[in-house]
Amino acid sequence: MDVVELSRFQFASTSIFHFFFVSLTVGLAFLIAVMETIAYARRDRREVYGKMTNFFGHLFLINFAVGVVTGIVQEFQFGMNWSEYSDFVGNIFGVPLALEVLMAFFLESTFIGLWWFGKDRLRPWMRLASIWLVAIGTQISAFWIVLANAWMHHPVGYEVVDGQARLTDFGAVVFNYKAWLYFAHVQGSAWVVAAFFVLGISAFHLLRRQDTDVYSRSLRIGLVFAAVGTVFSVVSGHTEAQVAREDQPMKFAAMEAQWETSDSPAPWSLFAVIDQGRRENPFNVEIPYVGSILAYNSLEGRYDGINQIEEQYDEAYGEDDYTPPVAWVYWSFRIMVAIGSLLLATAFLGLFLWWRRKRGLDTTRWFLRALVLFIPLPWIANFTGWMVTEMGRQPFMVYGELTVTEGVSPNTAGEVLAGLVGLWVVYLALIGLDVYLLSVTARAGIHRRPEAQLVAAPAPDYEGAGFQGYEKRD
Amino acid sequence: MDLVTLWFWLIALTFTLYFFLEGFDFGVDILRPTLARTEAEERALTGTIGPFWDGNEVWVIAAAGLMFSTFPVWYGAVFSGMYPLFVLILLALLLRGVSFEYRNQVDSERWRAFWDWMSFGGSVVPSFLWGVIMAKLIEGLPVNADARVEGGFAAMFTPFSLVGGVTTLLLFTLHGANFLLLRLHTDTVLYNRARKAALRWGALATAAIVAFVVMGYVTEDLFEDFGVVPWAFPIAAFLTLASIWLALVRRRDTLAFTMSGLTVLFATVTVFIALYTRGEVLPSTLDPDFGLTLEETASQQYTLVLMTWVGGIFLPLIIGYQIWNYYVFRERVRPDEGALNHGY
Repeated sequence: MDVVELSRFQFASTSIFHFFFVSLTVGLAFLIAVMETIAYARRDRREVYGKMTNFFGHLFLINFAVGVVTGIVQEFQFGMNWSEYSDFVGNIFGVPLALEVLMAFFLESTFIGLWWFGKDRLRPWMRLASIWLVAIGTQISAFWIVLANAWMHHPVGYEVVDGQARLTDFGAVVFNYKAWLYFAHVQGSAWVVAAFFVLGISAFHLLRRQDTDVYSRSLRIGLVFAAVGTVFSVVSGHTEAQVAREDQPMKFAAMEAQWETSDSPAPWSLFAVIDQGRRENPFNVEIPYVGSILAYNSLEGRYDGINQIEEQYDEAYGEDDYTPPVAWVYWSFRIMVAIGSLLLATAFLGLFLWWRRKRGLDTTRWFLRALVLFIPLPWIANFTGWMVTEMGRQPFMVYGELTVTEGVSPNTAGEVLAGLVGLWVVYLALIGLDVYLLSVTARAGIHRRPEAQLVAAPAPDYEGAGFQGYEKRD
Repeated sequence: MDLVTLWFWLIALTFTLYFFLEGFDFGVDILRPTLARTEAEERALTGTIGPFWDGNEVWVIAAAGLMFSTFPVWYGAVFSGMYPLFVLILLALLLRGVSFEYRNQVDSERWRAFWDWMSFGGSVVPSFLWGVIMAKLIEGLPVNADARVEGGFAAMFTPFSLVGGVTTLLLFTLHGANFLLLRLHTDTVLYNRARKAALRWGALATAAIVAFVVMGYVTEDLFEDFGVVPWAFPIAAFLTLASIWLALVRRRDTLAFTMSGLTVLFATVTVFIALYTRGEVLPSTLDPDFGLTLEETASQQYTLVLMTWVGGIFLPLIIGYQIWNYYVFRERVRPDEGALNHGY
């Protein structure tokens, strides 16, 4: 592999590894803030919601630090691996990154310490405000980084002068429709990750009839979040696909492995064997009409195929190979959509069971078992989702302006390879540990007395932890 | 002052704050194996920086992010030019950051010992490498005519940059010892050990700073264009460092910490003055004409104006709530608070 491929591989892996941790952080921060708000507002239920907040807060913290440190890699690697890209977009791209740090990272990392360690020294409303600031910080952070990413997919508010993109309208960058769509999608997906995380753990304990007073409530909070999150993801995802058909037609065609311009009404491919070398699908199972519905919300309408778009791109950007790795994009898209639909159905089935059976939801064992099994699914959907959107725009780095090959640093392949190996070793170890510690802590439940923490924070265990202060100070 | 100059100094400020803040939490982690004899003491030492390290570390992300937005070419050249050093720093920061969270999650002696090593190594490596990087900024990199950096790993280690690395390593260790004097209860054994460590490492740090300044003067013409006033900075760095000894002997802990903080400040500012007075943010070791200047690496005016608004609003706000954070956790730490029996 050469420097470009190694650097691409490194960027892909660091981003996916990073998102593994932060998707849970972003979603869970919000859920915990809601739990703590209920604990604060409802005196009569404080004990129960207090335990819940502390239990999920502990899980949140295990995961949080890794998200922070992997974020440093994200920030540094633009300069390290993509210095030519940094030169080209620095006038524009650096601004949202700097805003992310100044508006979000400081907020999160300062107030998370205040929230957790300040249990015994902050007033209850300050503690509540701290977790809300963390939750808001995570959303702001997601917004700016996704905005930066969306600019690469759909550059706006700029002109190119002397081989450098120059900012002409920052408002256009902020109100880039692509950015808001991506934000809604990422946000929804993060909520789904966290909601199914909470659902799975709650279900695990309900199946064993442990602390049902806490877990039946967290199950219901999780269900509401899961429903909202999946609807957000599905609606924004569907819109994203339609928008891609207009502004990134090659990505859309690759998602459907549509080599030639489709018929009208267009069918939708369910299963295809893809031969990128010969630019055809030797085997393809198609469902009629669905392609047009996906592309236009209509029963008719055709869209361009990869070969036609290739010609258009050759004309617009010069002779080159503009076809992304079709099979990867096609299958990633299908896996994401399948999981998304399954999770949407699960969330609403859960709401239905809650409405029909009331307390009976806690003892619907087949449903609870499914929830435990579904914990990893949102991560897989996220992972494949990033593959669709990022591989689908190859070979461009800034769509229509800069290719990946043009953006890479003048490093040697050896340097990049050595760094890549180091990062992989550490990241794999971190993911392994994260999963291990999360599952041990989650299984142990509320009655485990976790190992002592730092001396600066001699906070007691989950049993009313941190909420004792409420009685004294209210 | 034009915006390019303003942002150059704001980036200097960000790096200074980073070295000042993370300097002491690195120092605490570096000193921990030699200061702590029992598990309770280990935790007390970690407890002195527990609520702060994360907020401190964000300053380096801020430094990189602000550099990217205001001096993209400089950012690209520095970060790609010293690629292996940044990889090492990243790996170290990854393992160290995680060690805070993971160390106490599993009740096993070997598990804890492993993470203690990670937090020690994860602090030594960046403390040393930041000095190397700062020294290389002054000394320059093999920048070619296209503003791209050539040359590999070996080019990053020169006698001057190695001395720079040793200097920051010792300085941060001293700074950490002084910080402990403010955070530990004065009647603990640990406090006394920290005092002894501060005296010992203070002496070594002074020697290293003097060596660095002399080398900078003799081999790098560092202060050639300094004139009278900028000369004050390296001298002040030395004087403040020497005064730490006096403060420690007279048991003026706050003064000692202030002084080690000022040393970090002056040392960092000296580096940036050296860059500023020479008009080059990254000199070239290949040909003096290839060096990167302030103006040609900066972003366009519109971006700088935008960033000035952003920085003007958020930097004071951040500094404000971080100070409040330190105020909330101002209480001194002692190892025998019975925390071992408490849960999380």
